[in-house]
Amino acid sequence: MSTPPSAMALVLVGSLIGSVGAAFLKGGAVALTRHWTSLAYNWKLLLGVTMYMVSSVFFIMGISRGELSVLYPMVSLGYICTLAWSRIFFHERITSTKLAGVGLILVGIVMMNLGSR
Amino acid sequence: MSSATTSLSPAAATDLANRKRRSLIIVLCCTVIGALAQVLLKFGAGHLSHPSLWQAAMGILTNPYLFFGYACYGIFAALLVVALRDGELSLLYPVIALNYAWVSILSVVIFHEQMNALKIAGVTVIIAGVAVLGRGGSKA
Repeated sequence: MSTPPSAMALVLVGSLIGSVGAAFLKGGAVALTRHWTSLAYNWKLLLGVTMYMVSSVFFIMGISRGELSVLYPMVSLGYICTLAWSRIFFHERITSTKLAGVGLILVGIVMMNLGSR
Repeated sequence: MSSATTSLSPAAATDLANRKRRSLIIVLCCTVIGALAQVLLKFGAGHLSHPSLWQAAMGILTNPYLFFGYACYGIFAALLVVALRDGELSLLYPVIALNYAWVSILSVVIFHEQMNALKIAGVTVIIAGVAVLGRGGSKA
């Protein structure tokens, strides 16, 4: 099975939407207090969950059309974007330790998917 | 450019570090529950390849594996949100990759899928990456 560009595009878009959804989850989570309205009217949380579900649909569609070993490295875009949103929107420090950790995880994911062929 | 902790009193900074560590532990438990959810869903959806929306909805209500699988996903999401209140996104989001590691191990144990050197190495590298993140996060 070869990997058509449509499969790559689906996984890339899925990773992007997933990372933005995660950022909304963080934004919505920070707004939570003990009062029930902070959950009920929390549009960021709802948007985040929705985007996460949409991203998984894109993933499933993309992965069914192509080879995992080619597609999974594209998931790395999602991780890198999430680091970017953390810096831009939540002013988190991106230390070299964090970059090393994320790098290791990405390598591990690629290895696991090569092993699953 | 400096992080928030440099402007806090020592007591508040310790409290923040404790809350961040707690959020990391929550996410670690999360990944196990998330992996359990995926395994349950795999069990339940085995016979359906491309279910329609109606079939999926009926499946969740009638199939206990699908039901508990999605219930676990709900718990996973709720715990993740709780963890994100205190924890940094750049720290917690990659830790979710542990999900892959647990699903791989569970797949070998429950579905008798093949384990090979690359998979074992991959799982080890992912766990190493998470360990590095865990150390890096609590220092800041």
